[in-house]
Amino acid sequence: MSEARLLIEAAGPLTTVQDAGRPGWRRFGVPPSGPVDRRAFAAAVSASGGHGSVIELSLGGLTFKAEGHPVAVAITGAATAEVNGVDVGGWCVVTLQPGARCRIRESGGNWGYCAPAGRIVADAWLGSSSTHLIAGLGGGRIAPGGVLTVRDAQGDLASVAIPRPPQSAAITVARAILGPQQRFFSGEVLEQLEGERFMASPRFDRMGMILDGPRLPPSRIDMPSEPAIRGALQIDGDGRMSLLTADHQTTGGYPRVAVVIEPDIDRIAQLPVGAGIRFELVDEAEAIAQTRAAARQTAEWLTRVKAGARSRPPLITANLTDGVVVRRLMS
Amino acid sequence: MSDPVFRSAGSGALLADFGSVIEEALFGRVLSLDRALATARPYWLQETVPAYTSLLIVFDPLAVDHGEVMAYVRALEPTPVNLLTTTTHVVPVCYEGEAAPDISEVAATLGTSEEAVIAAHLAGDYRVFMYGFAPGYAYLGGVPNELRLPRKVAAVRGHAVGSVMVAGPQCLITTLPMPTGWWVIGRTPLRVLDPASERPFLFEAGDRVRFTRVGLAALQ
Repeated sequence: MSEARLLIEAAGPLTTVQDAGRPGWRRFGVPPSGPVDRRAFAAAVSASGGHGSVIELSLGGLTFKAEGHPVAVAITGAATAEVNGVDVGGWCVVTLQPGARCRIRESGGNWGYCAPAGRIVADAWLGSSSTHLIAGLGGGRIAPGGVLTVRDAQGDLASVAIPRPPQSAAITVARAILGPQQRFFSGEVLEQLEGERFMASPRFDRMGMILDGPRLPPSRIDMPSEPAIRGALQIDGDGRMSLLTADHQTTGGYPRVAVVIEPDIDRIAQLPVGAGIRFELVDEAEAIAQTRAAARQTAEWLTRVKAGARSRPPLITANLTDGVVVRRLMS
Repeated sequence: MSDPVFRSAGSGALLADFGSVIEEALFGRVLSLDRALATARPYWLQETVPAYTSLLIVFDPLAVDHGEVMAYVRALEPTPVNLLTTTTHVVPVCYEGEAAPDISEVAATLGTSEEAVIAAHLAGDYRVFMYGFAPGYAYLGGVPNELRLPRKVAAVRGHAVGSVMVAGPQCLITTLPMPTGWWVIGRTPLRVLDPASERPFLFEAGDRVRFTRVGLAALQ
Protein backbone atom coordinates (compact mmCIF):
# COMPACT_ATOMS: atom_id res chain seq x y z
CA MET A 1 0.00 0.00 0.00
CA SER A 2 1.38 3.39 -0.97
CA GLU A 3 0.30 5.05 2.22
CA ALA A 4 1.74 8.28 3.55
CA ARG A 5 1.17 9.62 7.04
CA LEU A 6 1.26 13.27 7.96
CA LEU A 7 2.17 13.66 11.63
CA ILE A 8 0.69 16.97 12.70
CA GLU A 9 3.12 18.90 14.90
CA ALA A 10 1.45 22.33 14.89
CA ALA A 11 -1.84 23.59 13.48
CA GLY A 12 -3.81 26.81 13.91
CA PRO A 13 -7.38 26.55 15.25
CA LEU A 14 -8.93 26.93 11.79
CA THR A 15 -7.07 24.00 10.18
CA THR A 16 -9.56 21.53 8.71
CA VAL A 17 -10.20 18.90 6.06
CA GLN A 18 -12.29 20.30 3.20
CA ASP A 19 -13.64 18.97 -0.07
CA ALA A 20 -15.97 20.75 -2.50
CA GLY A 21 -18.66 20.97 0.20
CA ARG A 22 -22.16 19.64 0.84
CA PRO A 23 -24.65 21.91 -0.91
CA GLY A 24 -28.35 21.15 -0.65
CA TRP A 25 -28.81 20.84 3.13
CA ARG A 26 -29.37 24.48 4.12
CA ARG A 27 -33.03 23.72 4.82
CA PHE A 28 -31.86 21.57 7.78
CA GLY A 29 -29.52 24.23 9.13
CA VAL A 30 -26.45 22.86 7.36
CA PRO A 31 -24.38 25.34 5.33
CA PRO A 32 -22.44 24.03 2.32
CA SER A 33 -19.06 24.42 4.09
CA GLY A 34 -16.19 23.53 1.76
CA PRO A 35 -13.22 25.83 1.14
CA VAL A 36 -13.43 29.54 1.94
CA ASP A 37 -11.34 30.27 -1.21
CA ARG A 38 -12.86 28.00 -3.83
CA ARG A 39 -10.43 28.89 -6.61
CA ALA A 40 -7.30 28.17 -4.57
CA PHE A 41 -8.94 24.91 -3.46
CA ALA A 42 -9.74 23.89 -7.06
CA ALA A 43 -6.16 24.59 -8.11
CA ALA A 44 -4.77 22.49 -5.24
CA VAL A 45 -7.07 19.60 -6.19
CA SER A 46 -6.23 19.80 -9.89
CA ALA A 47 -2.49 20.09 -9.33
CA SER A 48 -2.39 17.17 -6.90
CA GLY A 49 -4.24 14.72 -9.10
CA GLY A 50 -7.85 15.47 -8.31
CA HIS A 51 -8.80 13.29 -5.37
CA GLY A 52 -10.85 16.10 -3.95
CA SER A 53 -9.94 16.46 -0.27
CA VAL A 54 -7.45 19.03 0.98
CA ILE A 55 -6.21 20.64 4.16
CA GLU A 56 -7.41 24.21 4.63
CA LEU A 57 -5.27 26.33 6.92
CA SER A 58 -5.30 29.84 8.29
CA LEU A 59 -3.79 31.80 11.17
CA GLY A 60 -1.22 29.73 12.97
CA GLY A 61 -0.33 27.72 9.88
CA LEU A 62 0.43 24.02 9.79
CA THR A 63 3.55 21.97 10.46
CA PHE A 64 3.73 18.25 9.84
CA LYS A 65 6.25 15.50 9.27
CA ALA A 66 5.70 13.15 6.35
CA GLU A 67 6.23 9.42 6.85
CA GLY A 68 5.64 6.27 4.88
CA HIS A 69 5.39 6.53 1.10
CA PRO A 70 6.76 9.67 -0.58
CA VAL A 71 3.95 12.12 -1.22
CA ALA A 72 3.68 15.25 -3.34
CA VAL A 73 1.66 18.16 -1.99
CA ALA A 74 0.18 21.12 -3.84
CA ILE A 75 0.35 24.41 -1.94
CA THR A 76 -2.05 27.17 -3.03
CA GLY A 77 -3.93 30.16 -1.70
CA ALA A 78 -2.50 32.57 0.83
CA ALA A 79 0.25 30.20 1.94
CA THR A 80 3.96 29.70 1.69
CA ALA A 81 5.85 26.55 2.61
CA GLU A 82 9.20 25.50 3.97
CA VAL A 83 10.43 21.96 3.61
CA ASN A 84 13.17 20.96 6.04
CA GLY A 85 13.76 24.64 6.65
CA VAL A 86 14.14 25.52 2.97
CA ASP A 87 11.68 28.05 1.56
CA VAL A 88 9.76 26.59 -1.40
CA GLY A 89 7.22 29.45 -1.69
CA GLY A 90 3.58 29.09 -2.59
CA TRP A 91 1.50 27.98 -5.60
CA CYS A 92 3.73 24.99 -6.26
CA VAL A 93 3.88 21.23 -6.08
CA VAL A 94 6.61 19.79 -3.90
CA THR A 95 7.44 16.15 -3.16
CA LEU A 96 8.01 15.13 0.44
CA GLN A 97 10.31 12.18 1.10
CA PRO A 98 9.75 10.16 4.28
CA GLY A 99 11.00 12.14 7.23
CA ALA A 100 10.56 15.53 5.55
CA ARG A 101 9.12 18.26 7.73
CA CYS A 102 6.75 20.67 5.98
CA ARG A 103 5.90 24.00 7.57
CA ILE A 104 3.17 26.08 5.93
CA ARG A 105 2.33 29.62 6.98
CA GLU A 106 -0.51 31.83 5.84
CA SER A 107 0.93 34.62 3.76
CA GLY A 108 -0.62 37.54 1.94
CA GLY A 109 -4.14 36.58 2.96
CA ASN A 110 -6.12 34.37 5.32
CA TRP A 111 -6.67 30.96 3.77
CA GLY A 112 -4.14 28.49 2.38
CA TYR A 113 -4.49 24.99 0.95
CA CYS A 114 -2.32 21.90 1.07
CA ALA A 115 -3.50 19.04 -1.12
CA PRO A 116 -1.61 15.75 -0.83
CA ALA A 117 -1.46 13.66 -4.00
CA GLY A 118 -3.66 10.80 -2.84
CA ARG A 119 -6.79 10.27 -0.77
CA ILE A 120 -6.97 11.82 2.68
CA VAL A 121 -8.65 9.36 5.05
CA ALA A 122 -11.38 11.43 6.71
CA ASP A 123 -14.91 11.02 8.01
CA ALA A 124 -17.66 12.00 5.61
CA TRP A 125 -21.03 13.42 6.59
CA LEU A 126 -23.93 13.80 4.13
CA GLY A 127 -21.61 12.70 1.35
CA SER A 128 -18.85 15.20 2.05
CA SER A 129 -15.69 15.28 4.14
CA SER A 130 -15.87 19.07 4.41
CA THR A 131 -15.61 20.16 8.01
CA HIS A 132 -18.40 22.26 9.50
CA LEU A 133 -16.15 23.63 12.18
CA ILE A 134 -18.52 24.71 14.97
CA ALA A 135 -20.48 21.47 14.67
CA GLY A 136 -17.35 19.34 14.30
CA LEU A 137 -19.10 17.35 11.56
CA GLY A 138 -17.33 16.06 8.46
CA GLY A 139 -13.60 15.42 8.13
CA GLY A 140 -12.83 17.39 11.24
CA ARG A 141 -10.35 19.83 12.65
CA ILE A 142 -6.69 19.00 12.20
CA ALA A 143 -4.95 19.39 15.54
CA PRO A 144 -1.42 18.97 16.88
CA GLY A 145 -0.69 15.36 17.76
CA GLY A 146 -3.06 14.04 15.10
CA VAL A 147 -2.09 11.88 12.15
CA LEU A 148 -3.55 12.30 8.69
CA THR A 149 -3.36 9.21 6.51
CA VAL A 150 -3.05 9.60 2.74
CA ARG A 151 -3.92 6.49 0.73
CA ASP A 152 -2.68 5.92 -2.82
CA ALA A 153 0.01 8.49 -2.16
CA GLN A 154 1.96 9.62 -5.19
CA GLY A 155 5.51 10.82 -4.82
CA ASP A 156 6.38 11.04 -8.49
CA LEU A 157 4.25 14.01 -9.55
CA ALA A 158 5.80 16.57 -11.86
CA SER A 159 6.83 19.29 -9.47
CA VAL A 160 5.72 22.51 -11.05
CA ALA A 161 4.77 26.05 -10.27
CA ILE A 162 0.98 26.34 -10.31
CA PRO A 163 -0.34 29.27 -12.36
CA ARG A 164 -2.19 31.78 -10.19
CA PRO A 165 -5.86 32.46 -10.92
CA PRO A 166 -7.07 35.38 -12.99
CA GLN A 167 -7.57 38.50 -10.83
CA SER A 168 -5.36 37.14 -8.09
CA ALA A 169 -4.37 40.55 -6.70
CA ALA A 170 -6.08 41.69 -3.50
CA ILE A 171 -9.57 42.86 -4.41
CA THR A 172 -10.18 46.59 -3.88
CA VAL A 173 -13.68 47.02 -5.32
CA ALA A 174 -16.25 44.26 -4.88
CA ARG A 175 -19.53 44.17 -6.74
CA ALA A 176 -22.75 43.52 -4.84
CA ILE A 177 -26.51 43.41 -5.43
CA LEU A 178 -28.77 45.19 -2.97
CA GLY A 179 -31.08 42.91 -1.03
CA PRO A 180 -32.71 40.83 0.18
CA GLN A 181 -33.34 43.01 3.25
CA GLN A 182 -32.29 46.49 2.09
CA ARG A 183 -35.72 47.79 3.13
CA PHE A 184 -34.40 47.91 6.70
CA PHE A 185 -31.95 50.67 5.75
CA SER A 186 -32.39 54.35 4.98
CA GLY A 187 -31.32 55.80 1.63
CA GLU A 188 -28.53 57.58 3.44
CA VAL A 189 -27.11 54.31 4.79
CA LEU A 190 -27.36 52.68 1.38
CA GLU A 191 -25.31 55.56 -0.03
CA GLN A 192 -22.70 54.94 2.64
CA LEU A 193 -22.50 51.30 1.62
CA GLU A 194 -21.44 52.35 -1.85
CA GLY A 195 -19.51 55.51 -1.00
CA GLU A 196 -17.42 54.54 1.99
CA ARG A 197 -14.34 52.42 2.41
CA PHE A 198 -14.42 49.30 4.61
CA MET A 199 -11.52 47.28 5.94
CA ALA A 200 -10.71 43.62 6.46
CA SER A 201 -10.57 42.92 10.19
CA PRO A 202 -8.73 40.21 12.13
CA ARG A 203 -12.11 38.90 13.31
CA PHE A 204 -12.83 36.16 10.83
CA ASP A 205 -13.46 32.43 10.87
CA ARG A 206 -15.11 29.92 8.56
CA MET A 207 -18.52 31.52 9.15
CA GLY A 208 -17.57 34.99 8.03
CA MET A 209 -15.49 38.11 8.43
CA ILE A 210 -16.31 41.34 10.21
CA LEU A 211 -15.58 44.35 8.01
CA ASP A 212 -14.46 47.45 9.87
CA GLY A 213 -15.64 50.83 8.68
CA PRO A 214 -18.60 53.13 9.11
CA ARG A 215 -21.56 51.73 10.98
CA LEU A 216 -24.64 51.11 8.85
CA PRO A 217 -27.41 51.02 11.45
CA PRO A 218 -30.66 49.36 10.37
CA SER A 219 -33.70 51.59 10.78
CA ARG A 220 -35.55 48.72 12.51
CA ILE A 221 -34.59 45.25 13.71
CA ASP A 222 -37.96 43.54 13.85
CA MET A 223 -37.48 41.15 10.96
CA PRO A 224 -38.50 37.51 11.26
CA SER A 225 -35.56 35.14 10.74
CA GLU A 226 -34.98 34.77 7.01
CA PRO A 227 -32.66 32.45 5.06
CA ALA A 228 -29.08 33.63 4.62
CA ILE A 229 -26.58 32.90 1.89
CA ARG A 230 -22.85 32.99 1.30
CA GLY A 231 -21.63 36.40 0.22
CA ALA A 232 -24.30 38.28 2.15
CA LEU A 233 -23.30 41.54 3.83
CA GLN A 234 -25.06 41.16 7.16
CA ILE A 235 -25.55 44.08 9.52
CA ASP A 236 -25.90 43.51 13.25
CA GLY A 237 -27.93 45.69 15.63
CA ASP A 238 -24.96 48.04 16.12
CA GLY A 239 -24.61 48.57 12.38
CA ARG A 240 -21.47 46.47 12.08
CA MET A 241 -21.04 44.62 8.78
CA SER A 242 -19.98 41.00 8.25
CA LEU A 243 -19.40 39.02 5.10
CA LEU A 244 -20.92 35.52 5.37
CA THR A 245 -18.73 32.71 4.03
CA ALA A 246 -18.50 28.89 3.90
CA ASP A 247 -19.93 27.88 7.31
CA HIS A 248 -22.53 30.69 7.49
CA GLN A 249 -25.67 30.33 9.56
CA THR A 250 -28.48 29.30 7.24
CA THR A 251 -31.11 31.61 8.72
CA GLY A 252 -31.00 34.62 10.96
CA GLY A 253 -32.71 37.73 12.17
CA TYR A 254 -30.07 40.27 11.19
CA PRO A 255 -30.77 42.03 7.89
CA ARG A 256 -28.54 41.43 4.88
CA VAL A 257 -28.25 44.76 3.09
CA ALA A 258 -26.63 43.32 -0.05
CA VAL A 259 -24.98 40.18 -1.40
CA VAL A 260 -21.54 40.22 -3.03
CA ILE A 261 -21.53 38.66 -6.50
CA GLU A 262 -20.19 35.12 -6.74
CA PRO A 263 -16.68 35.81 -8.15
CA ASP A 264 -15.86 38.48 -5.55
CA ILE A 265 -16.92 36.73 -2.31
CA ASP A 266 -13.88 34.54 -1.69
CA ARG A 267 -11.50 37.33 -2.69
CA ILE A 268 -12.85 39.52 0.14
CA ALA A 269 -12.44 36.62 2.58
CA GLN A 270 -8.76 36.48 1.60
CA LEU A 271 -8.08 40.18 2.31
CA PRO A 272 -5.35 40.59 4.90
CA VAL A 273 -6.10 42.60 8.03
CA GLY A 274 -6.36 46.30 7.27
CA ALA A 275 -6.81 45.97 3.51
CA GLY A 276 -9.44 48.36 2.18
CA ILE A 277 -12.53 47.34 0.23
CA ARG A 278 -15.23 49.36 -1.49
CA PHE A 279 -18.55 48.10 -2.79
CA GLU A 280 -20.00 48.86 -6.18
CA LEU A 281 -23.70 48.10 -6.49
CA VAL A 282 -24.70 46.29 -9.68
CA ASP A 283 -28.06 45.08 -10.98
CA GLU A 284 -29.07 41.47 -11.48
CA ALA A 285 -28.21 41.38 -15.19
CA GLU A 286 -24.71 42.71 -14.52
CA ALA A 287 -24.22 40.24 -11.65
CA ILE A 288 -25.19 37.33 -13.90
CA ALA A 289 -22.96 38.55 -16.75
CA GLN A 290 -19.95 39.00 -14.44
CA THR A 291 -20.54 35.65 -12.73
CA ARG A 292 -20.67 33.84 -16.06
CA ALA A 293 -17.59 35.63 -17.41
CA ALA A 294 -15.64 34.77 -14.25
CA ALA A 295 -16.74 31.12 -14.46
CA ARG A 296 -15.41 30.90 -18.02
CA GLN A 297 -12.09 32.45 -17.01
CA THR A 298 -11.79 30.13 -14.03
CA ALA A 299 -12.51 27.06 -16.18
CA GLU A 300 -9.82 28.08 -18.71
CA TRP A 301 -7.31 28.68 -15.94
CA LEU A 302 -8.07 25.33 -14.28
CA THR A 303 -7.50 23.63 -17.63
CA ARG A 304 -4.02 25.14 -17.62
CA VAL A 305 -3.46 24.03 -14.00
CA LYS A 306 -4.45 20.47 -14.93
CA ALA A 307 -2.30 20.44 -18.06
CA GLY A 308 0.66 21.64 -16.01
CA ALA A 309 0.12 18.90 -13.47
CA ARG A 310 0.05 16.18 -16.14
CA SER A 311 2.94 17.31 -18.28
CA ARG A 312 6.56 16.54 -17.59
CA PRO A 313 8.20 19.70 -18.87
CA PRO A 314 11.97 20.26 -18.78
CA LEU A 315 12.83 20.78 -15.15
CA ILE A 316 15.55 22.31 -13.13
CA THR A 317 16.09 19.99 -10.24
CA ALA A 318 17.38 21.43 -7.03
CA ASN A 319 18.45 19.01 -4.37
CA LEU A 320 17.63 20.33 -0.99
CA THR A 321 18.53 18.93 2.37
CA ASP A 322 17.33 15.61 3.70
CA GLY A 323 15.93 14.12 0.58
CA VAL A 324 13.44 16.77 -0.46
CA VAL A 325 13.42 17.67 -4.09
CA VAL A 326 11.87 20.79 -5.53
CA ARG A 327 11.72 21.11 -9.26
CA ARG A 328 10.64 24.26 -10.96
CA LEU A 329 9.66 25.01 -14.51
CA MET A 330 12.57 26.19 -16.60
CA SER A 331 11.79 29.76 -17.53
CA MET B 1 -53.00 32.97 -4.15
CA SER B 2 -51.20 36.30 -4.48
CA ASP B 3 -47.61 36.29 -5.66
CA PRO B 4 -44.79 36.70 -3.19
CA VAL B 5 -42.45 39.66 -3.55
CA PHE B 6 -39.15 38.51 -5.08
CA ARG B 7 -36.00 39.99 -3.58
CA SER B 8 -32.49 39.61 -4.94
CA ALA B 9 -30.22 37.48 -2.77
CA GLY B 10 -27.02 37.65 -4.77
CA SER B 11 -26.02 36.40 -8.19
CA GLY B 12 -27.58 32.96 -7.71
CA ALA B 13 -30.54 33.33 -5.39
CA LEU B 14 -33.94 34.94 -4.95
CA LEU B 15 -35.93 35.31 -1.77
CA ALA B 16 -39.67 34.79 -2.25
CA ASP B 17 -41.11 36.98 0.51
CA PHE B 18 -44.71 36.32 1.55
CA GLY B 19 -45.02 39.00 4.22
CA SER B 20 -43.68 39.98 7.61
CA VAL B 21 -46.13 38.48 10.10
CA ILE B 22 -45.34 35.11 11.64
CA GLU B 23 -48.59 33.19 11.33
CA GLU B 24 -49.65 29.81 10.03
CA ALA B 25 -51.60 30.82 6.92
CA LEU B 26 -48.65 32.76 5.57
CA PHE B 27 -46.23 29.98 6.51
CA GLY B 28 -48.51 27.55 4.65
CA ARG B 29 -47.87 29.52 1.47
CA VAL B 30 -44.09 29.27 2.04
CA LEU B 31 -44.46 25.49 2.36
CA SER B 32 -46.71 25.25 -0.69
CA LEU B 33 -44.14 26.92 -2.92
CA ASP B 34 -41.35 24.85 -1.34
CA ARG B 35 -43.21 21.62 -2.16
CA ALA B 36 -44.17 22.76 -5.65
CA LEU B 37 -40.50 23.41 -6.47
CA ALA B 38 -39.45 20.10 -4.90
CA THR B 39 -41.95 18.32 -7.13
CA ALA B 40 -41.12 20.23 -10.31
CA ARG B 41 -37.35 19.99 -9.80
CA PRO B 42 -36.30 22.40 -12.55
CA TYR B 43 -32.76 21.56 -13.71
CA TRP B 44 -31.33 24.85 -12.50
CA LEU B 45 -32.64 24.53 -8.94
CA GLN B 46 -29.87 23.93 -6.39
CA GLU B 47 -31.85 24.12 -3.16
CA THR B 48 -34.67 25.87 -1.33
CA VAL B 49 -34.68 27.07 2.27
CA PRO B 50 -38.03 27.63 3.98
CA ALA B 51 -38.34 30.13 6.85
CA TYR B 52 -41.21 31.77 8.77
CA THR B 53 -42.31 34.15 6.05
CA SER B 54 -40.05 33.49 3.08
CA LEU B 55 -38.47 30.88 0.84
CA LEU B 56 -34.93 31.16 -0.47
CA ILE B 57 -34.55 29.78 -3.99
CA VAL B 58 -30.93 29.01 -4.88
CA PHE B 59 -30.31 28.56 -8.60
CA ASP B 60 -27.42 28.01 -10.99
CA PRO B 61 -26.54 31.47 -12.33
CA LEU B 62 -24.70 29.88 -15.25
CA ALA B 63 -27.96 28.29 -16.41
CA VAL B 64 -30.70 30.86 -15.69
CA ASP B 65 -31.06 34.43 -14.51
CA HIS B 66 -33.28 36.07 -11.91
CA GLY B 67 -35.97 37.02 -14.40
CA GLU B 68 -36.26 33.48 -15.75
CA VAL B 69 -36.54 32.04 -12.25
CA MET B 70 -39.21 34.59 -11.30
CA ALA B 71 -41.22 33.81 -14.41
CA TYR B 72 -40.97 30.08 -13.72
CA VAL B 73 -42.08 30.43 -10.11
CA ARG B 74 -45.00 32.73 -11.01
CA ALA B 75 -46.22 30.15 -13.51
CA LEU B 76 -46.21 27.36 -10.92
CA GLU B 77 -49.55 26.55 -9.39
CA PRO B 78 -48.70 25.30 -5.90
CA THR B 79 -51.13 22.97 -4.19
CA PRO B 80 -52.08 24.55 -0.86
CA VAL B 81 -50.54 22.68 2.06
CA ASN B 82 -53.01 21.60 4.73
CA LEU B 83 -51.14 22.40 7.93
CA LEU B 84 -53.64 20.34 9.93
CA THR B 85 -52.53 17.12 8.29
CA THR B 86 -48.75 17.44 8.45
CA THR B 87 -46.76 14.79 10.35
CA THR B 88 -46.96 14.98 14.15
CA HIS B 89 -43.98 13.93 16.27
CA VAL B 90 -44.36 13.02 19.93
CA VAL B 91 -41.26 14.08 21.85
CA PRO B 92 -40.68 12.79 25.41
CA VAL B 93 -39.22 15.37 27.80
CA CYS B 94 -37.80 15.03 31.28
CA TYR B 95 -38.29 18.24 33.28
CA GLU B 96 -36.39 17.08 36.38
CA GLY B 97 -33.06 17.64 38.05
CA GLU B 98 -29.99 18.11 35.89
CA ALA B 99 -32.14 17.81 32.77
CA ALA B 100 -33.86 21.11 33.63
CA PRO B 101 -31.16 23.50 34.92
CA ASP B 102 -33.19 26.67 34.32
CA ILE B 103 -36.68 25.58 35.29
CA SER B 104 -36.61 27.05 38.81
CA GLU B 105 -35.39 30.42 37.50
CA VAL B 106 -38.02 30.36 34.75
CA ALA B 107 -40.72 29.69 37.34
CA ALA B 108 -39.40 32.47 39.59
CA THR B 109 -39.18 34.94 36.70
CA LEU B 110 -42.73 34.15 35.62
CA GLY B 111 -43.96 34.23 39.25
CA THR B 112 -45.33 30.71 39.08
CA SER B 113 -44.45 27.15 40.09
CA GLU B 114 -42.24 24.66 38.25
CA GLU B 115 -45.27 22.42 37.79
CA ALA B 116 -47.12 25.30 36.13
CA VAL B 117 -44.16 25.88 33.78
CA ILE B 118 -44.19 22.18 32.85
CA ALA B 119 -47.96 22.20 32.35
CA ALA B 120 -47.73 25.27 30.12
CA HIS B 121 -44.96 23.73 28.03
CA LEU B 122 -46.89 20.46 27.63
CA ALA B 123 -50.03 22.37 26.64
CA GLY B 124 -48.35 24.06 23.65
CA ASP B 125 -49.17 23.11 20.07
CA TYR B 126 -45.83 23.30 18.29
CA ARG B 127 -44.93 23.60 14.65
CA VAL B 128 -41.52 23.29 12.96
CA PHE B 129 -41.16 26.57 11.08
CA MET B 130 -37.57 26.28 9.98
CA TYR B 131 -34.07 25.12 10.78
CA GLY B 132 -31.22 27.52 11.48
CA PHE B 133 -28.35 28.52 13.75
CA ALA B 134 -26.62 25.14 13.50
CA PRO B 135 -27.25 21.73 11.90
CA GLY B 136 -30.53 20.26 13.13
CA TYR B 137 -31.60 23.29 15.17
CA ALA B 138 -35.33 23.29 14.40
CA TYR B 139 -37.27 26.37 15.45
CA LEU B 140 -40.63 25.37 16.89
CA GLY B 141 -43.32 28.02 17.12
CA GLY B 142 -46.27 27.69 19.48
CA VAL B 143 -44.97 28.37 22.99
CA PRO B 144 -48.04 29.41 25.08
CA ASN B 145 -48.23 33.08 26.03
CA GLU B 146 -47.75 32.41 29.73
CA LEU B 147 -44.37 30.75 29.07
CA ARG B 148 -42.84 33.49 26.89
CA LEU B 149 -39.84 35.26 28.32
CA PRO B 150 -36.88 37.08 26.76
CA ARG B 151 -33.63 35.21 26.34
CA LYS B 152 -30.87 35.45 28.94
CA VAL B 153 -28.61 38.49 28.91
CA ALA B 154 -25.55 36.36 28.08
CA ALA B 155 -25.13 32.98 26.44
CA VAL B 156 -24.27 29.99 28.65
CA ARG B 157 -21.99 27.23 27.41
CA GLY B 158 -22.21 23.51 27.36
CA HIS B 159 -25.76 22.17 27.64
CA ALA B 160 -26.30 18.50 26.92
CA VAL B 161 -27.50 17.47 23.47
CA GLY B 162 -31.28 17.05 23.55
CA SER B 163 -31.82 20.06 25.80
CA VAL B 164 -35.32 21.48 25.38
CA MET B 165 -35.23 25.25 25.64
CA VAL B 166 -37.51 28.21 25.18
CA ALA B 167 -37.17 31.93 24.38
CA GLY B 168 -40.05 34.20 23.43
CA PRO B 169 -42.59 32.35 21.27
CA GLN B 170 -40.04 29.72 20.23
CA CYS B 171 -38.90 26.33 21.46
CA LEU B 172 -35.82 24.40 20.36
CA ILE B 173 -34.24 20.99 20.94
CA THR B 174 -30.45 21.20 20.82
CA THR B 175 -28.44 18.90 18.56
CA LEU B 176 -24.95 20.06 19.49
CA PRO B 177 -23.46 21.39 22.72
CA MET B 178 -23.52 25.06 21.66
CA PRO B 179 -23.60 28.15 23.90
CA THR B 180 -27.12 29.53 24.20
CA GLY B 181 -29.06 32.34 25.83
CA TRP B 182 -32.28 30.32 25.80
CA TRP B 183 -33.83 28.78 28.93
CA VAL B 184 -33.25 25.05 29.32
CA ILE B 185 -36.39 23.59 30.91
CA GLY B 186 -35.95 19.91 30.06
CA ARG B 187 -34.19 17.26 28.05
CA THR B 188 -35.29 14.61 25.57
CA PRO B 189 -33.64 11.31 24.72
CA LEU B 190 -34.85 11.83 21.14
CA ARG B 191 -32.27 13.05 18.62
CA VAL B 192 -33.41 15.64 16.07
CA LEU B 193 -30.01 15.21 14.40
CA ASP B 194 -28.53 11.73 14.16
CA PRO B 195 -25.35 12.23 12.14
CA ALA B 196 -24.88 8.52 11.48
CA SER B 197 -28.38 7.99 10.13
CA GLU B 198 -29.32 7.73 6.47
CA ARG B 199 -32.05 10.29 7.17
CA PRO B 200 -30.29 12.42 9.75
CA PHE B 201 -32.99 15.02 10.41
CA LEU B 202 -36.10 14.04 12.34
CA PHE B 203 -38.33 16.96 11.37
CA GLU B 204 -39.40 18.54 8.10
CA ALA B 205 -40.45 22.18 8.01
CA GLY B 206 -44.21 22.20 8.62
CA ASP B 207 -44.30 19.16 10.94
CA ARG B 208 -46.13 19.38 14.27
CA VAL B 209 -44.61 18.48 17.63
CA ARG B 210 -46.28 17.45 20.88
CA PHE B 211 -44.29 17.00 24.09
CA THR B 212 -44.99 14.30 26.69
CA ARG B 213 -43.54 14.10 30.17
CA VAL B 214 -41.11 11.35 31.17
CA GLY B 215 -38.89 10.74 34.19
CA LEU B 216 -35.11 10.89 34.52
CA ALA B 217 -34.90 7.14 33.85
CA ALA B 218 -35.97 7.76 30.23
CA LEU B 219 -32.75 9.69 29.65
CA GLN B 220 -30.51 6.76 30.60
